[in-house]
Amino acid sequence: MSKKTMTKLDQIEAQSVYIMREAYREFKNLAMLWSIGKDSTVLLWLARKAFFGHVPFPLVHVDTSFKVPAMIKYRDQVALEWNLNMVYGQNTEAIKNKRTFPDGAIDRISCCKSLKSEALKHTLAGDWPRYRMNHETKKYELDDNKEPYTGVIVGVRADEEGSRSKERYFSPRDRNNDWDVGDQPPELWNQFKTDFAPGTHLRIHPLLDWTELNIWEYIQRENIPIIDLYFDQGEGTRYRSLGCYPCTTPVQSTAKNVEDIVQELKTGKFANIAERSGRAQDKEDGGGLETLRLDGYM
Amino acid sequence: MENQREQMNVVIVGHVDHGKSTLIGRLLADTGSLPEGKLQQVKDQCKRNAKPFEYAFLLDALKDEQAQGITIDTARSFFKSKKRDYIIIDAPGHIEFLKNMITGAARAQAAMLVIDAKEGIRENSKRHGYMMSFLGIKNITVCVNKMDLVGYKQEVFEKIKTDYSAFLKEINLKPMSFIPISAREGDCITGPSKNMPWYDGGSILEAFDVFQKAVPDYERAFRFPIQDIYKFTAAGDDRRIFSGRVESGTIDVGDEVIFLPSRKQSRITSVEGFNLPKQTQAFAGQSTGFTLETQIYVKPGEIMAKVKEKTPHVSPKFKANIFWMGKQPLVKGKNYKLKITTQQVPVILADIISVLDASELSSITNKDQVDRHDVAECIFETLKPVAFDEVNQISETGRFVIVDNYEICGGGIILAPVFDEVSTLSKHIKERDYGWERSDITPGKRAQKYQHKSALIVITGEANSGKIAMAKALEEELFKLKKNVYFLGISNDLLKSQDGSNDKTLNRMKHIQQLGETAHILTDAGLILITSISDIDEYELQALKILNRPSKTIVINVGENHFQEGQVDLLLDKGGDSAQVTQKIVNYLIQSVVLDPEFSI
Repeated sequence: MSKKTMTKLDQIEAQSVYIMREAYREFKNLAMLWSIGKDSTVLLWLARKAFFGHVPFPLVHVDTSFKVPAMIKYRDQVALEWNLNMVYGQNTEAIKNKRTFPDGAIDRISCCKSLKSEALKHTLAGDWPRYRMNHETKKYELDDNKEPYTGVIVGVRADEEGSRSKERYFSPRDRNNDWDVGDQPPELWNQFKTDFAPGTHLRIHPLLDWTELNIWEYIQRENIPIIDLYFDQGEGTRYRSLGCYPCTTPVQSTAKNVEDIVQELKTGKFANIAERSGRAQDKEDGGGLETLRLDGYM
Repeated sequence: MENQREQMNVVIVGHVDHGKSTLIGRLLADTGSLPEGKLQQVKDQCKRNAKPFEYAFLLDALKDEQAQGITIDTARSFFKSKKRDYIIIDAPGHIEFLKNMITGAARAQAAMLVIDAKEGIRENSKRHGYMMSFLGIKNITVCVNKMDLVGYKQEVFEKIKTDYSAFLKEINLKPMSFIPISAREGDCITGPSKNMPWYDGGSILEAFDVFQKAVPDYERAFRFPIQDIYKFTAAGDDRRIFSGRVESGTIDVGDEVIFLPSRKQSRITSVEGFNLPKQTQAFAGQSTGFTLETQIYVKPGEIMAKVKEKTPHVSPKFKANIFWMGKQPLVKGKNYKLKITTQQVPVILADIISVLDASELSSITNKDQVDRHDVAECIFETLKPVAFDEVNQISETGRFVIVDNYEICGGGIILAPVFDEVSTLSKHIKERDYGWERSDITPGKRAQKYQHKSALIVITGEANSGKIAMAKALEEELFKLKKNVYFLGISNDLLKSQDGSNDKTLNRMKHIQQLGETAHILTDAGLILITSISDIDEYELQALKILNRPSKTIVINVGENHFQEGQVDLLLDKGGDSAQVTQKIVNYLIQSVVLDPEFSI
């Protein structure tokens, strides 16, 4: 990089890093959500960029128990390798009592609300158990830290879906995780809302300006290890967006590696198909993801 | 692999109902930028609701937005031309949502300003134009929309063009072009219009590609506001990294640097990064980090500049243009928080020079507050000096926001520093002394009686270095020696509860002010007052000393000393035997005038 030029990826990388450092300086109880998917894995990589190889805050995963087992394996492998402060939370009651969509007890949206939104809300608030990775025993243990996280870094992108295009980099949520779309703080000249009233918390969105293609180009450029569910294993299908297996369907694609995916996206093959179209919950209730998001979903 | 296309953010602004969303919807539809089925989905929805289809509906992704029928936030949509990729930011035209409009516009490199041909220039046509100038957006194209409603008449277009050009000239803006369009009918969106043969300029699509992307000026002076200083010792990393983003200029390993406002100096040892080849240079736009030759102590917020270049201004007072978005007006004398680059300091509005009526562009000079949606020229004063540039020199370090009650309520651009002898603090002291009926018992008489002079003893140093225990031991010892002594242990937390605010910056200042005022009373009464405070900086210390005058303030630093010479009276190591430490302080007090030997200890 002897020439003084910044590519698009350089620019959005610099902005994401800036946002994360602002968050780290301003929030004592900061955490990052890691869903194991491509976006939040890029986010994790950007944290290592921002903090020179370290990740100085916990990574929180909401385990619905319906994730593809390979995702959990990959999560723990990376957590150990990169020395991550890995924490997960779960709606154990609902799972134990089989109050889920896959068990046939409730519909998809209610299941998402229960296993994801509720579990997320209480894991962030600290009033449900948190399980933290012990790097010596490589096992999860009940976490003593019950302090609520007041800053939560999330990997949502503006181009993913309508409601996400209205987010701020620093977006306030009230006590119930509710999002007031109509009254959002102004953001200008890289000054963000870093002050917040007691009981409220901030969602921080460093990936807002990234597109699906940017994500894959960056994974390629940085050689970021990514879970292989995104690649065709020889059956002519791959996942474009990862979720719970009962509600996520793969797309037709023979992309076998990161390079293939970048090429595939560049051809515009998916230009007219929503990225989350394989996520069944989005289609219910007329405004699936938006309904979920107002309620605290990512 | 870096064959990435250029990207540009363009904001669409204008008065409410002048057709911004329709323009974007039409643009997305006509350039084939909509997701498959989206157009049909929205058309179906309209049919179901027995509502005529409008292109604007395409953008209204959120339910409550549709219910209100107006864009309440800045939504983003994407489209591509042959030249580059665009992110279109739809900014609400309604005055209530000015802060959303600003948010959208602040992210843009170019603006399309929409004016309704039938309604003509309205208040927000002007206000938004002014905001573009304020935000520093140079690329502006004016779209005269709804030409179909005025029979595609050239006279209507020319009249608006003449009037609005004159307005823009007043605020130093020169638009790239004026385009007559009908977003609803699709005239001049992606190509020429049959309805307006008299117009031979480019279409909207062409106008996008004419916008010039600003290139960073690497020739400007280097500016690096410190975001944070990292040392991940626990993870086995001993690098002390000064991190931030280069806002202007370039820097190389070996360059001498100066931090402002502290004026501390060092030299760049390395440029740090993760998963990067070794770097020897950093330049504007990069989020990076440096290690320095010497272990200097500075706090986040200072600006690192090059010793050999023009350095930023350092002043507690400056003149600025601001616009106000707060529900409460901006008033004189009240404490706000200023955020400029990564600095955060308490600030007060010292003076209002004039308030501009943005819609009419006339000045009002006799207002004593700045109301919501006002634009004003003001003088601001900070509790301690801040480092900044004039906005027309280096805009990145010449812009600030003001926080009131957790919210960003105002944005401003700095016009010039103000060098003024009279600070608010010295004015306050003057007023305080004026209103203070002094006792006839002079400090001298008291000292004679009590056998010691009064003083404020401030024990400072890093957190958890045993300062409180030290302060109490000292109190105990002086008490034994029959001195009138008192340990004052008030914490920030105690102050926090008074108004419910948890703003670190403002609470800190309140703590210092309250401590200073309390100390002034108690030392005036002849007491030796002891207090401890963590990580106080030189300006806070200075404020404390001024508030405590005319009594003496003695500063004891425990552990690593971050102060410049002459500011600390006694340096102590961390730890150490309590009795010995206390004796050391007492000896110092005897040496200094407080426990004068003539009062025989």
